[in-house]
Amino acid sequence: MSVAVENIPSQFEVLDESLDSQMTLSMGPQHPSTHGVLRLDLRLDGELVVKAIPDIGYLHTGMEKLFEYKKYQQGIVITDRMDYLNPLGNNLAYVMAAEKLLDLEIPERAQVIRVLMCELQRIASHMVWLGTHCLDIGAMSVFFYCFRQREKILNLIESASGGRMTPSYFRIGGLMMDLPAGFERRVRQFLEGFPEAMTTFETLVTGNTIWQSRTMGIGIISGEEAIDWGLTGPCLRGSGVDLDLRRDNPYTGYETYDFEVPVETDGDVWARFKVRMRECYESYKIVRQALDRLKPGPTKADAPKIVLPDRDDMRKHMDSLIHHFLIVAEGFNVPEGEVYHAIEASKGELGVYMKSNGGPKPERVHFRGPSFVNLQALPVMSEGEMVADVVAIIGSLDIVLGEIDR
Amino acid sequence: MGLENSLWESLPDVVTVKLDAVINWARKSSIWPATFGLACCAIEMMNSVSARNDLSRFGAETFRASPRQADVMIVSGRVSRKMAPVLRRIYDQMPEPKWVISMGACATSGGVFDNYAIVQGVDKIVPVDIYIPGCPPRPEMLVHAIMMLQEKIMKESVKDRYDTFEEESRKSIVPGTLPVTEGTALEKETEIEVAQNKVSRPYTIPSRHERRKSS
Amino acid sequence: MADTTVLLEFVEKLKAENAAWIADVKEAFSEVTVFVPRESIVDVCWVLKTEHGFDMLADLCGADRGPEEDPRFEVNYHLFSTKHKNRLRLKVLLSEDEPNVGTVTTVWKTADWHERETYDLFGVIFDGHPDLRRILLPSDFDGHALRKDYPLRGYEPYSLS
Repeated sequence: MSVAVENIPSQFEVLDESLDSQMTLSMGPQHPSTHGVLRLDLRLDGELVVKAIPDIGYLHTGMEKLFEYKKYQQGIVITDRMDYLNPLGNNLAYVMAAEKLLDLEIPERAQVIRVLMCELQRIASHMVWLGTHCLDIGAMSVFFYCFRQREKILNLIESASGGRMTPSYFRIGGLMMDLPAGFERRVRQFLEGFPEAMTTFETLVTGNTIWQSRTMGIGIISGEEAIDWGLTGPCLRGSGVDLDLRRDNPYTGYETYDFEVPVETDGDVWARFKVRMRECYESYKIVRQALDRLKPGPTKADAPKIVLPDRDDMRKHMDSLIHHFLIVAEGFNVPEGEVYHAIEASKGELGVYMKSNGGPKPERVHFRGPSFVNLQALPVMSEGEMVADVVAIIGSLDIVLGEIDR
Repeated sequence: MGLENSLWESLPDVVTVKLDAVINWARKSSIWPATFGLACCAIEMMNSVSARNDLSRFGAETFRASPRQADVMIVSGRVSRKMAPVLRRIYDQMPEPKWVISMGACATSGGVFDNYAIVQGVDKIVPVDIYIPGCPPRPEMLVHAIMMLQEKIMKESVKDRYDTFEEESRKSIVPGTLPVTEGTALEKETEIEVAQNKVSRPYTIPSRHERRKSS
Repeated sequence: MADTTVLLEFVEKLKAENAAWIADVKEAFSEVTVFVPRESIVDVCWVLKTEHGFDMLADLCGADRGPEEDPRFEVNYHLFSTKHKNRLRLKVLLSEDEPNVGTVTTVWKTADWHERETYDLFGVIFDGHPDLRRILLPSDFDGHALRKDYPLRGYEPYSLS
């Protein structure tokens, strides 16, 4: 159709709907840059996005229903598969909610190991984010470097828990088992090479002018708006709001660690990128402190009716064997009540609402996934941007569809 | 390098060989997978092309985003009921020869998710050639599966693998679960007919592949 | 762990403003739950946001107590303050015959998807919501999956046709 010359808007002006030149583009659910099975309904005006409507649910797994049919200990296995880049964070949130209901005291060593593992996992999660984010924007080689670092961390997690991606390492009342021999040495070995790897990323990405022009000033969201949309984690801190649950609502002894909360004020893709990069250094610092604090001691709470006994104990003591049998066969009863526990996962506030009716199975478990809430702000961020920038914005939100759809 | 220099010396100009053997050899040496990342297994699939488990050693590193350019669909993760029609559609878009690898416990049998939302095994939707156990399988297991597929390809015949040009599979109808908003939904007339219960939601594409046994 | 006395002060302030806003207060596991009648939930949320600094809705989720219970449904609002870092839970009880409650999308934009999810999985209807449709399940799905009387494996096994 022909349009009068004076009706053609400037580049950054969204076209009037009456011009009837809008196009609908369905992006996904099978698209390499949507990080899984996200579908976007994009209303385009040329190359500008007028409206972006996310359509989710293509990975809906019915986990929350499944929790109601599983005993408390069995539920940990399901949490692994939720945010599969940060499974230990999910374990921690779930386990701590149950511990809050049971009023359990966790031994010092277990707490330190939890912090240690969570921060290692956070680095691993950020490595996947950086790799795929760069891949989306067009930098292929960063992906290989990132996955090399991640592989090292996965090896560490595997040596402790037996699983690479689905560890289920944290249990209600402590840990599955103590760290293996030589674990500390191997972590230190990893830490030795890590700053150098970060320097590689900084050289490859941060200083790259193409990267800067693809990310700076794209997908801006202001601080007030970010709070209104419920953004948490690096997405919120990239908008200049200084909020980190590790510091503000401390759990597992995070208040005793010395670390900074990186905050950037621009609110664009670049700011979120900077926040996550700096967070890697902070996690590195916390891991080092946790390593220094590792002292021998018990890793399970003193609650024989809740925590599985050691194998050695079971061979020697009759009551340990009985407890083991009862916990596995019947589970344990959890006092009636409801709790909401939130932790700072690698993507933001991961909250667990757990409601117990006094029996061995929860009545309701609800996960507040940070990706679920963060994705909601995508339409606000991508309005008026180019199609190619939407890809960058999705990458900067660091979404995991397993957590969004649950 | 190397081999070419001595081949012409040791081999005659004309070689007689079975057509199947040559074509299958060519096919198995450059399998291009489609990036069909669904859940946790997708990360391990990405891992298998990264530095440590370099999948390109087996000719399968070129992940294609478009199903039209892909040979093997690696179903990596749980398939929800909402995703199933999409998956089938992508499978139909792939040209022959095509194979399917069901990666992980969820794609194979539903895994731990035996509930209302998950299709209990992707073989209910598409014929599967190789099943990989594990939750998620290690990248090495995916590499092994690719090698097993290569063995399987060598046993096939060219006659069994050609595109079907059936009327139905050419028709472009948006699957019933895809649309979110008005307008992009089903074609308007179809939508009305569905509402009046005249027809069921149009997503049935009978094709040869469905009838083909997945041995 | 947060001290609940601070939270109870907020509840007292609310009570002073309008006693009808609060049906009951429960304190357990160092968390405070305020039961709010469903007519006044939007007002309470608005006052808490604008006057008491609870500027973020951390979570909104439904719960089903079982088909024989009355009231059957719960809607939980987990409020969080980025200023004084406290958490407060509001709870609205709904009967099965009339699972309607006012929307809080006018207070926090983030409530949009949370409410859609609760509608999708429990069938709770949020009056005034701008776009209340299914979010996780396909649009032709039968029933509400997280209700206690919905079978775990659904009503029938999956088939493509």
